[in-house]
Amino acid sequence: MEQFLTSLLGDTIWVHIIMGALPLVFILPYALVTIYLEMKIAAHMQDRLAYMRTGWHGTLQPFADILKLLQKEDTIPTAADKILFLLSPYIVFTGTYAAFAVLPFSKAYIGSDLNIGVFYIVAVSSLVVVGLLMAGWASNNKWSLFGALRSAAQIVSYEIPSAFAILAVIMITGTMSLNSISDFQSSGIQNWLIFGGPFPMGKKLLLFPFMLIMFVIYYVASMAEVNRTPFDIPEAESELVQGYNTEFSGMKFAMFYLSEYANLFVVSAIVTVLFFGGWASPFGTFMSGPGWDAFWFITKGMFFVCVNIWLRWTLPRLRVDQLMYVSWKVLTPFALFCVLAIGLIVVW
Amino acid sequence: MTPDTTLQLTDYLFYFFALLAILSGGVVVFSRNIVHSAFSLMFTLFAVAGLYVLLNADFLAVTQILVYVGGILVLILFGVMLTNKIVDVQIKTGNIHILPASIITAIIAGTLCGVFTLTDWFVVPDAGAPVAKSTASHIGEALITNYVLPFEVASVVLLVAMIGAAMIARREKKK
Repeated sequence: MEQFLTSLLGDTIWVHIIMGALPLVFILPYALVTIYLEMKIAAHMQDRLAYMRTGWHGTLQPFADILKLLQKEDTIPTAADKILFLLSPYIVFTGTYAAFAVLPFSKAYIGSDLNIGVFYIVAVSSLVVVGLLMAGWASNNKWSLFGALRSAAQIVSYEIPSAFAILAVIMITGTMSLNSISDFQSSGIQNWLIFGGPFPMGKKLLLFPFMLIMFVIYYVASMAEVNRTPFDIPEAESELVQGYNTEFSGMKFAMFYLSEYANLFVVSAIVTVLFFGGWASPFGTFMSGPGWDAFWFITKGMFFVCVNIWLRWTLPRLRVDQLMYVSWKVLTPFALFCVLAIGLIVVW
Repeated sequence: MTPDTTLQLTDYLFYFFALLAILSGGVVVFSRNIVHSAFSLMFTLFAVAGLYVLLNADFLAVTQILVYVGGILVLILFGVMLTNKIVDVQIKTGNIHILPASIITAIIAGTLCGVFTLTDWFVVPDAGAPVAKSTASHIGEALITNYVLPFEVASVVLLVAMIGAAMIARREKKK
Protein backbone atom coordinates (compact mmCIF):
# COMPACT_ATOMS: atom_id res chain seq x y z
CA MET A 1 0.00 0.00 0.00
CA GLU A 2 2.75 2.41 0.94
CA GLN A 3 4.73 1.43 -2.16
CA PHE A 4 1.66 1.93 -4.31
CA LEU A 5 1.10 5.41 -2.90
CA THR A 6 4.77 6.24 -3.29
CA SER A 7 4.67 5.21 -6.93
CA LEU A 8 1.53 7.29 -7.39
CA LEU A 9 2.57 10.46 -5.61
CA GLY A 10 6.33 10.21 -5.38
CA ASP A 11 8.21 10.23 -2.10
CA THR A 12 6.34 13.16 -0.58
CA ILE A 13 4.82 13.86 2.79
CA TRP A 14 1.37 13.22 1.26
CA VAL A 15 2.06 9.50 1.23
CA HIS A 16 2.45 9.53 5.00
CA ILE A 17 -0.57 11.78 5.49
CA ILE A 18 -2.81 9.51 3.42
CA MET A 19 -1.48 6.41 5.16
CA GLY A 20 -2.17 8.04 8.49
CA ALA A 21 -5.67 9.21 7.58
CA LEU A 22 -6.96 5.91 6.16
CA PRO A 23 -8.06 4.40 9.49
CA LEU A 24 -10.21 7.49 10.04
CA VAL A 25 -12.08 6.59 6.85
CA PHE A 26 -12.86 3.30 8.54
CA ILE A 27 -13.62 4.61 12.06
CA LEU A 28 -16.33 7.11 11.10
CA PRO A 29 -18.68 4.73 9.20
CA TYR A 30 -17.83 1.98 11.70
CA ALA A 31 -18.93 4.17 14.61
CA LEU A 32 -22.22 5.04 12.87
CA VAL A 33 -22.98 1.38 12.19
CA THR A 34 -21.99 0.26 15.68
CA ILE A 35 -24.02 2.91 17.48
CA TYR A 36 -27.05 1.88 15.42
CA LEU A 37 -26.34 -1.81 16.06
CA GLU A 38 -25.90 -1.25 19.77
CA MET A 39 -29.24 0.51 20.11
CA LYS A 40 -31.05 -2.05 17.96
CA ILE A 41 -29.52 -5.12 19.63
CA ALA A 42 -30.16 -3.66 23.07
CA ALA A 43 -33.76 -2.89 22.18
CA HIS A 44 -34.50 -6.31 20.74
CA MET A 45 -32.90 -8.03 23.74
CA GLN A 46 -35.27 -6.05 25.94
CA ASP A 47 -38.26 -6.72 23.68
CA ARG A 48 -38.42 -3.15 22.36
CA LEU A 49 -38.11 -1.76 18.84
CA ALA A 50 -35.69 1.20 19.27
CA TYR A 51 -35.50 3.73 16.44
CA MET A 52 -38.36 3.28 13.96
CA ARG A 53 -39.19 6.79 12.70
CA THR A 54 -36.07 8.05 10.93
CA GLY A 55 -35.74 6.10 7.70
CA TRP A 56 -36.38 2.37 7.31
CA HIS A 57 -36.22 0.88 10.83
CA GLY A 58 -34.48 4.03 11.99
CA THR A 59 -31.39 3.58 9.82
CA LEU A 60 -30.95 7.36 9.49
CA GLN A 61 -30.89 7.88 13.25
CA PRO A 62 -27.07 7.94 13.62
CA PHE A 63 -26.89 10.70 10.98
CA ALA A 64 -29.57 12.66 12.81
CA ASP A 65 -27.60 12.23 16.04
CA ILE A 66 -24.46 13.56 14.38
CA LEU A 67 -26.31 16.59 13.00
CA LYS A 68 -27.68 17.26 16.46
CA LEU A 69 -24.26 16.99 18.09
CA LEU A 70 -22.74 19.32 15.48
CA GLN A 71 -25.33 22.00 16.15
CA LYS A 72 -25.27 21.71 19.90
CA GLU A 73 -23.92 24.58 21.95
CA ASP A 74 -20.42 23.86 23.16
CA THR A 75 -20.64 24.73 26.82
CA ILE A 76 -17.61 25.11 29.07
CA PRO A 77 -18.40 25.31 32.80
CA THR A 78 -17.19 28.59 34.31
CA ALA A 79 -15.35 26.78 37.10
CA ALA A 80 -13.63 24.40 34.68
CA ASP A 81 -9.93 24.40 34.01
CA LYS A 82 -10.31 25.76 30.50
CA ILE A 83 -7.08 24.61 28.84
CA LEU A 84 -7.28 21.05 30.11
CA PHE A 85 -11.02 20.95 29.41
CA LEU A 86 -10.43 21.87 25.77
CA LEU A 87 -7.48 19.55 25.41
CA SER A 88 -8.78 16.35 27.01
CA PRO A 89 -11.12 15.04 24.25
CA TYR A 90 -8.30 15.31 21.74
CA ILE A 91 -5.83 13.54 24.02
CA VAL A 92 -8.26 10.66 24.53
CA PHE A 93 -8.99 10.35 20.82
CA THR A 94 -5.28 10.60 19.91
CA GLY A 95 -4.53 7.72 22.27
CA THR A 96 -7.21 5.59 20.67
CA TYR A 97 -6.31 6.55 17.13
CA ALA A 98 -2.61 5.91 17.68
CA ALA A 99 -3.42 2.23 18.21
CA PHE A 100 -4.82 2.02 14.66
CA ALA A 101 -1.30 2.68 13.33
CA VAL A 102 -0.28 -0.91 13.89
CA LEU A 103 -3.56 -2.76 13.23
CA PRO A 104 -3.08 -5.04 10.22
CA PHE A 105 -6.31 -4.52 8.28
CA SER A 106 -4.90 -6.71 5.54
CA LYS A 107 -1.55 -8.22 4.64
CA ALA A 108 -1.18 -5.28 2.25
CA TYR A 109 -2.45 -2.50 4.49
CA ILE A 110 -0.92 -1.84 7.87
CA GLY A 111 -0.13 1.71 8.91
CA SER A 112 3.28 0.80 10.23
CA ASP A 113 4.45 -2.80 10.55
CA LEU A 114 6.29 -2.11 13.79
CA ASN A 115 8.31 -4.98 15.12
CA ILE A 116 6.98 -4.14 18.58
CA GLY A 117 3.35 -3.70 17.50
CA VAL A 118 1.44 -5.20 20.44
CA PHE A 119 3.75 -3.58 22.96
CA TYR A 120 3.15 -0.25 21.23
CA ILE A 121 -0.64 -0.65 21.55
CA VAL A 122 -0.35 -1.43 25.27
CA ALA A 123 1.79 1.69 25.67
CA VAL A 124 -0.30 4.20 23.73
CA SER A 125 -3.47 3.13 25.50
CA SER A 126 -1.95 4.76 28.58
CA LEU A 127 -2.50 8.07 26.80
CA VAL A 128 -6.23 7.39 27.10
CA VAL A 129 -5.87 7.00 30.87
CA VAL A 130 -4.15 10.37 31.18
CA GLY A 131 -6.76 11.96 28.89
CA LEU A 132 -9.60 10.61 31.04
CA LEU A 133 -7.95 11.91 34.21
CA MET A 134 -7.52 15.25 32.48
CA ALA A 135 -11.21 15.36 31.51
CA GLY A 136 -12.33 14.43 35.01
CA TRP A 137 -10.09 16.96 36.70
CA ALA A 138 -10.79 19.80 34.27
CA SER A 139 -14.57 19.47 34.69
CA ASN A 140 -14.13 20.55 38.33
CA ASN A 141 -16.99 18.36 39.40
CA LYS A 142 -16.89 15.53 41.90
CA TRP A 143 -18.76 13.05 39.73
CA SER A 144 -16.44 13.64 36.82
CA LEU A 145 -13.36 13.31 39.01
CA PHE A 146 -14.66 10.13 40.64
CA GLY A 147 -15.48 8.69 37.24
CA ALA A 148 -12.04 9.52 35.91
CA LEU A 149 -10.24 8.09 38.93
CA ARG A 150 -12.30 4.89 38.82
CA SER A 151 -11.70 4.60 35.11
CA ALA A 152 -7.95 5.06 35.45
CA ALA A 153 -7.71 2.60 38.36
CA GLN A 154 -9.70 0.07 36.38
CA ILE A 155 -7.69 0.40 33.19
CA VAL A 156 -4.37 0.23 35.03
CA SER A 157 -5.46 -2.87 36.99
CA TYR A 158 -6.79 -4.77 34.03
CA GLU A 159 -3.71 -4.00 31.96
CA ILE A 160 -1.89 -6.66 33.99
CA PRO A 161 -3.94 -9.75 33.03
CA SER A 162 -4.29 -8.52 29.45
CA ALA A 163 -0.53 -8.01 29.22
CA PHE A 164 -0.03 -11.61 30.41
CA ALA A 165 -2.39 -12.88 27.71
CA ILE A 166 -0.47 -10.89 25.10
CA LEU A 167 2.79 -12.23 26.52
CA ALA A 168 1.59 -15.81 26.05
CA VAL A 169 0.90 -15.16 22.37
CA ILE A 170 4.29 -13.47 21.95
CA MET A 171 6.00 -16.50 23.51
CA ILE A 172 4.32 -18.82 21.01
CA THR A 173 4.80 -16.71 17.89
CA GLY A 174 8.16 -15.21 18.80
CA THR A 175 7.20 -11.80 17.42
CA MET A 176 5.39 -8.70 18.57
CA SER A 177 4.42 -7.51 15.09
CA LEU A 178 0.67 -7.88 14.60
CA ASN A 179 1.21 -8.63 10.93
CA SER A 180 3.61 -11.49 11.68
CA ILE A 181 1.29 -12.87 14.38
CA SER A 182 -1.52 -12.99 11.80
CA ASP A 183 0.80 -14.56 9.25
CA PHE A 184 1.78 -17.21 11.81
CA GLN A 185 -1.86 -18.37 11.96
CA SER A 186 -2.61 -18.29 8.24
CA SER A 187 -3.57 -21.29 6.09
CA GLY A 188 -6.70 -22.46 7.78
CA ILE A 189 -8.92 -22.22 10.83
CA GLN A 190 -7.10 -25.13 12.56
CA ASN A 191 -3.97 -22.96 12.82
CA TRP A 192 -5.58 -20.17 14.83
CA LEU A 193 -3.95 -19.74 18.19
CA ILE A 194 -7.22 -20.31 20.04
CA PHE A 195 -7.03 -23.89 18.65
CA GLY A 196 -3.38 -24.26 19.61
CA GLY A 197 -1.64 -22.74 16.61
CA PRO A 198 0.14 -24.45 13.69
CA PHE A 199 1.85 -27.18 15.70
CA PRO A 200 1.80 -30.99 15.60
CA MET A 201 -1.30 -32.60 17.08
CA GLY A 202 0.05 -33.40 20.58
CA LYS A 203 1.38 -29.91 21.21
CA LYS A 204 -1.83 -28.39 19.85
CA LEU A 205 -3.97 -30.41 22.25
CA LEU A 206 -1.76 -29.38 25.18
CA LEU A 207 -1.89 -25.70 24.21
CA PHE A 208 -5.62 -25.58 23.43
CA PRO A 209 -7.03 -25.41 27.01
CA PHE A 210 -4.51 -22.78 28.09
CA MET A 211 -5.11 -20.64 25.02
CA LEU A 212 -8.85 -20.87 25.66
CA ILE A 213 -8.36 -19.60 29.22
CA MET A 214 -6.03 -16.88 27.97
CA PHE A 215 -8.64 -15.79 25.43
CA VAL A 216 -11.31 -15.52 28.13
CA ILE A 217 -8.90 -13.60 30.39
CA TYR A 218 -7.96 -11.21 27.60
CA TYR A 219 -11.56 -10.70 26.55
CA VAL A 220 -12.73 -9.91 30.08
CA ALA A 221 -9.78 -7.59 30.65
CA SER A 222 -10.35 -5.83 27.34
CA MET A 223 -13.98 -5.26 28.24
CA ALA A 224 -12.82 -3.60 31.42
CA GLU A 225 -10.31 -1.50 29.51
CA VAL A 226 -12.99 0.00 27.29
CA ASN A 227 -15.16 0.80 30.35
CA ARG A 228 -18.22 -1.06 29.19
CA THR A 229 -20.81 -2.95 31.22
CA PRO A 230 -20.30 -5.09 33.32
CA PHE A 231 -17.26 -2.90 33.97
CA ASP A 232 -18.85 0.50 33.45
CA ILE A 233 -18.56 1.74 37.02
CA PRO A 234 -16.63 4.82 35.77
CA GLU A 235 -19.89 6.06 34.32
CA ALA A 236 -22.34 4.35 36.61
CA GLU A 237 -25.40 6.51 35.98
CA SER A 238 -27.01 5.78 39.33
CA GLU A 239 -23.98 7.08 41.23
CA LEU A 240 -21.99 9.38 38.98
CA VAL A 241 -24.43 10.94 36.46
CA GLN A 242 -22.23 10.14 33.45
CA GLY A 243 -18.68 9.92 34.82
CA TYR A 244 -15.78 11.78 33.31
CA ASN A 245 -17.74 13.20 30.37
CA THR A 246 -20.63 14.63 32.38
CA GLU A 247 -19.76 18.26 31.61
CA PHE A 248 -18.94 17.81 27.94
CA SER A 249 -21.38 18.69 25.19
CA GLY A 250 -21.48 19.01 21.44
CA MET A 251 -18.50 17.81 19.47
CA LYS A 252 -16.34 17.33 22.56
CA PHE A 253 -18.81 14.78 23.85
CA ALA A 254 -18.89 13.26 20.37
CA MET A 255 -15.09 12.88 20.51
CA PHE A 256 -15.36 10.87 23.74
CA TYR A 257 -18.14 8.79 22.26
CA LEU A 258 -16.24 8.18 19.03
CA SER A 259 -13.12 7.30 20.96
CA GLU A 260 -15.03 4.81 23.11
CA TYR A 261 -16.35 3.01 20.05
CA ALA A 262 -13.00 3.19 18.24
CA ASN A 263 -11.38 1.69 21.34
CA LEU A 264 -13.97 -1.07 21.29
CA PHE A 265 -12.88 -1.97 17.78
CA VAL A 266 -9.19 -1.81 18.72
CA VAL A 267 -9.58 -4.36 21.52
CA SER A 268 -11.78 -6.58 19.34
CA ALA A 269 -9.18 -6.37 16.58
CA ILE A 270 -6.44 -7.33 19.03
CA VAL A 271 -8.49 -10.34 20.16
CA THR A 272 -8.87 -11.23 16.49
CA VAL A 273 -5.16 -10.96 15.80
CA LEU A 274 -3.98 -12.69 18.95
CA PHE A 275 -6.33 -15.66 18.95
CA PHE A 276 -8.36 -15.79 15.73
CA GLY A 277 -5.87 -15.40 12.92
CA GLY A 278 -6.16 -11.67 12.24
CA TRP A 279 -6.66 -11.14 8.52
CA ALA A 280 -6.08 -14.83 7.75
CA SER A 281 -8.94 -16.54 5.96
CA PRO A 282 -10.44 -19.52 7.85
CA PHE A 283 -10.32 -21.59 4.64
CA GLY A 284 -6.57 -21.45 3.97
CA THR A 285 -5.84 -20.00 0.55
CA PHE A 286 -9.52 -20.00 -0.44
CA MET A 287 -10.98 -16.47 -0.23
CA SER A 288 -7.64 -14.90 0.65
CA GLY A 289 -5.93 -11.93 -0.93
CA PRO A 290 -5.55 -8.26 0.04
CA GLY A 291 -9.27 -7.46 -0.33
CA TRP A 292 -10.48 -10.66 1.33
CA ASP A 293 -7.97 -10.13 4.14
CA ALA A 294 -9.55 -6.79 4.97
CA PHE A 295 -12.98 -8.45 4.75
CA TRP A 296 -12.02 -11.20 7.22
CA PHE A 297 -10.30 -8.79 9.57
CA ILE A 298 -13.27 -6.44 9.76
CA THR A 299 -15.79 -9.30 9.95
CA LYS A 300 -13.97 -10.96 12.84
CA GLY A 301 -13.48 -7.61 14.54
CA MET A 302 -17.17 -6.75 14.17
CA PHE A 303 -18.14 -10.18 15.49
CA PHE A 304 -16.31 -9.46 18.75
CA VAL A 305 -17.78 -5.96 18.87
CA CYS A 306 -21.23 -7.57 18.66
CA VAL A 307 -20.34 -10.10 21.39
CA ASN A 308 -19.34 -7.13 23.52
CA ILE A 309 -22.69 -5.43 22.88
CA TRP A 310 -24.49 -8.67 23.67
CA LEU A 311 -22.65 -9.00 27.01
CA ARG A 312 -23.22 -5.35 27.80
CA TRP A 313 -26.96 -5.77 27.66
CA THR A 314 -26.95 -9.13 29.45
CA LEU A 315 -24.82 -8.66 32.54
CA PRO A 316 -25.39 -6.36 35.49
CA ARG A 317 -22.72 -3.91 36.65
CA LEU A 318 -20.03 -5.00 39.11
CA ARG A 319 -19.32 -3.19 42.36
CA VAL A 320 -15.94 -1.49 42.77
CA ASP A 321 -14.62 -4.13 45.19
CA GLN A 322 -15.85 -6.97 42.96
CA LEU A 323 -14.11 -5.29 40.04
CA MET A 324 -10.77 -5.28 41.84
CA TYR A 325 -11.38 -8.81 43.11
CA VAL A 326 -11.90 -10.10 39.56
CA SER A 327 -8.74 -8.45 38.31
CA TRP A 328 -6.28 -9.18 41.11
CA LYS A 329 -7.53 -12.41 42.65
CA VAL A 330 -9.04 -14.22 39.68
CA LEU A 331 -7.64 -13.08 36.35
CA THR A 332 -4.04 -12.34 37.38
CA PRO A 333 -3.29 -15.69 39.15
CA PHE A 334 -4.89 -17.67 36.32
CA ALA A 335 -2.97 -15.64 33.76
CA LEU A 336 0.32 -16.20 35.62
CA PHE A 337 -0.29 -19.94 35.76
CA CYS A 338 -1.19 -20.06 32.06
CA VAL A 339 1.92 -18.08 31.09
CA LEU A 340 4.03 -20.61 32.99
CA ALA A 341 2.26 -23.58 31.42
CA ILE A 342 2.38 -22.17 27.90
CA GLY A 343 6.05 -21.33 28.34
CA LEU A 344 6.83 -24.91 29.36
CA ILE A 345 4.84 -26.34 26.44
CA VAL A 346 6.53 -24.00 23.95
CA VAL A 347 10.00 -24.92 25.21
CA TRP A 348 9.15 -28.62 25.20
CA MET B 1 30.27 10.81 1.18
CA THR B 2 29.15 14.28 2.19
CA PRO B 3 26.19 14.43 4.53
CA ASP B 4 22.98 15.67 2.99
CA THR B 5 22.48 19.16 4.40
CA THR B 6 18.94 19.76 3.18
CA LEU B 7 16.27 19.35 5.84
CA GLN B 8 14.51 16.00 5.66
CA LEU B 9 11.14 15.11 7.13
CA THR B 10 12.89 13.46 10.08
CA ASP B 11 14.81 16.66 10.75
CA TYR B 12 11.59 18.63 11.02
CA LEU B 13 10.25 15.93 13.33
CA PHE B 14 13.38 16.18 15.45
CA TYR B 15 12.99 19.95 15.86
CA PHE B 16 9.28 19.51 16.58
CA PHE B 17 9.92 16.96 19.34
CA ALA B 18 12.86 18.92 20.75
CA LEU B 19 10.83 22.11 20.90
CA LEU B 20 7.87 20.28 22.46
CA ALA B 21 10.14 18.72 25.09
CA ILE B 22 11.70 22.07 26.02
CA LEU B 23 8.46 24.06 26.04
CA SER B 24 6.45 21.52 28.01
CA GLY B 25 9.40 21.00 30.34
CA GLY B 26 9.34 24.74 30.93
CA VAL B 27 5.65 24.55 31.82
CA VAL B 28 6.40 21.71 34.27
CA VAL B 29 8.95 23.85 36.07
CA PHE B 30 7.36 27.29 35.91
CA SER B 31 3.63 26.58 36.17
CA ARG B 32 2.04 27.68 39.42
CA ASN B 33 -0.68 25.06 39.13
CA ILE B 34 0.64 21.66 40.16
CA VAL B 35 -1.95 19.82 38.05
CA HIS B 36 -0.86 21.72 34.95
CA SER B 37 2.72 20.76 35.74
CA ALA B 38 1.77 17.10 36.01
CA PHE B 39 -0.14 17.09 32.72
CA SER B 40 2.59 19.02 30.99
CA LEU B 41 5.01 16.32 32.06
CA MET B 42 3.09 13.98 29.76
CA PHE B 43 4.03 16.07 26.72
CA THR B 44 7.66 16.15 27.83
CA LEU B 45 7.75 12.38 28.19
CA PHE B 46 6.09 11.89 24.82
CA ALA B 47 8.49 14.27 23.10
CA VAL B 48 11.44 12.40 24.58
CA ALA B 49 9.92 9.13 23.36
CA GLY B 50 9.70 10.72 19.91
CA LEU B 51 13.39 11.58 20.09
CA TYR B 52 14.14 7.95 20.97
CA VAL B 53 12.24 6.85 17.88
CA LEU B 54 14.36 9.17 15.74
CA LEU B 55 17.43 7.53 17.30
CA ASN B 56 16.11 4.17 16.04
CA ALA B 57 15.51 2.99 19.60
CA ASP B 58 11.93 1.82 19.13
CA PHE B 59 11.76 -0.49 22.13
CA LEU B 60 13.15 2.16 24.44
CA ALA B 61 10.64 4.71 23.15
CA VAL B 62 7.65 2.46 23.75
CA THR B 63 8.97 1.43 27.17
CA GLN B 64 9.36 5.11 28.01
CA ILE B 65 5.68 5.73 27.23
CA LEU B 66 4.50 2.58 29.00
CA VAL B 67 6.51 3.08 32.19
CA TYR B 68 6.53 6.84 32.52
CA VAL B 69 3.18 7.89 31.04
CA GLY B 70 1.23 4.73 31.85
CA GLY B 71 2.75 4.12 35.26
CA ILE B 72 4.58 6.95 36.93
CA LEU B 73 2.59 9.85 35.50
CA VAL B 74 -0.72 8.22 36.41
CA LEU B 75 0.63 7.66 39.91
CA ILE B 76 1.69 11.32 40.16
CA LEU B 77 -1.74 12.43 38.93
CA PHE B 78 -3.48 10.22 41.49
CA GLY B 79 -1.30 11.66 44.21
CA VAL B 80 -1.90 15.22 43.08
CA MET B 81 -5.65 14.83 42.60
CA LEU B 82 -6.39 12.99 45.80
CA THR B 83 -4.47 15.50 47.89
CA ASN B 84 -6.93 17.66 49.76
CA LYS B 85 -7.32 21.30 48.70
CA ILE B 86 -4.68 21.01 46.04
CA VAL B 87 -5.82 24.16 44.25
CA ASP B 88 -5.33 26.33 47.31
CA VAL B 89 -1.73 25.30 47.84
CA GLN B 90 0.64 28.04 46.74
CA ILE B 91 3.65 26.46 45.12
CA LYS B 92 6.82 28.38 45.69
CA THR B 93 8.59 29.00 42.43
CA GLY B 94 10.82 31.66 43.93
CA ASN B 95 14.56 31.31 44.37
CA ILE B 96 15.68 29.34 47.40
CA HIS B 97 18.94 27.47 47.99
CA ILE B 98 20.60 29.27 45.11
CA LEU B 99 24.14 28.10 45.83
CA PRO B 100 23.59 24.30 46.17
CA ALA B 101 21.13 24.40 43.26
CA SER B 102 23.60 26.09 40.95
CA ILE B 103 26.41 23.71 41.95
CA ILE B 104 24.27 20.64 41.23
CA THR B 105 23.01 22.13 37.98
CA ALA B 106 26.56 22.96 36.91
CA ILE B 107 27.70 19.38 37.63
CA ILE B 108 24.82 17.92 35.61
CA ALA B 109 25.36 20.37 32.76
CA GLY B 110 29.08 19.61 32.76
CA THR B 111 28.45 15.86 32.66
CA LEU B 112 25.99 16.24 29.79
CA CYS B 113 28.36 18.47 27.83
CA GLY B 114 31.21 16.03 28.49
CA VAL B 115 29.17 13.08 27.23
CA PHE B 116 28.03 15.14 24.27
CA THR B 117 31.54 16.09 23.15
CA LEU B 118 33.37 12.86 24.02
CA THR B 119 30.96 10.38 22.39
CA ASP B 120 31.64 9.16 18.86
CA TRP B 121 28.42 10.08 17.14
CA PHE B 122 27.39 8.11 14.10
CA VAL B 123 25.91 11.01 12.21
CA VAL B 124 25.52 9.19 8.92
CA PRO B 125 25.20 5.40 9.13
CA ASP B 126 27.45 3.39 6.82
CA ALA B 127 25.72 2.75 3.55
CA GLY B 128 26.68 -0.92 3.67
CA ALA B 129 25.94 -1.58 7.32
CA PRO B 130 22.59 -3.28 7.91
CA VAL B 131 20.20 -1.15 9.93
CA ALA B 132 18.61 -3.19 12.70
CA LYS B 133 14.87 -3.41 12.08
CA SER B 134 14.12 -3.82 15.74
CA THR B 135 16.08 -3.49 18.92
CA ALA B 136 13.70 -5.62 21.00
CA SER B 137 15.30 -9.02 20.29
CA HIS B 138 18.82 -7.68 20.89
CA ILE B 139 17.76 -6.12 24.19
CA GLY B 140 16.08 -9.38 25.20
CA GLU B 141 19.19 -11.39 24.36
CA ALA B 142 21.44 -9.00 26.27
CA LEU B 143 19.16 -9.11 29.31
CA ILE B 144 19.32 -12.88 29.72
CA THR B 145 23.00 -13.31 28.83
CA ASN B 146 25.44 -10.53 29.80
CA TYR B 147 23.16 -8.56 32.09
CA VAL B 148 21.21 -11.33 33.77
CA LEU B 149 22.43 -10.41 37.26
CA PRO B 150 21.42 -6.69 37.14
CA PHE B 151 18.13 -7.76 35.57
CA GLU B 152 17.37 -10.20 38.39
CA VAL B 153 18.51 -7.75 41.07
CA ALA B 154 16.19 -5.10 39.63
CA SER B 155 13.29 -7.55 39.64
CA VAL B 156 13.95 -8.47 43.29
CA VAL B 157 14.10 -4.78 44.23
CA LEU B 158 10.76 -4.20 42.51
CA LEU B 159 9.24 -7.21 44.26
CA VAL B 160 10.43 -5.91 47.64
CA ALA B 161 8.98 -2.48 46.85
CA MET B 162 5.68 -4.07 45.87
CA ILE B 163 5.46 -6.13 49.07
CA GLY B 164 6.35 -3.03 51.08
CA ALA B 165 3.64 -1.00 49.39
CA ALA B 166 1.10 -3.74 50.08
CA MET B 167 2.17 -3.90 53.72
CA ILE B 168 1.79 -0.14 54.19
CA ALA B 169 -1.57 -0.12 52.45
CA ARG B 170 -2.87 -3.00 54.57
CA ARG B 171 -1.90 -1.59 57.93
CA GLU B 172 -5.07 -1.13 59.91
CA LYS B 173 -5.78 1.90 62.05
CA LYS B 174 -5.37 1.46 65.80
CA LYS B 175 -8.32 2.64 67.82
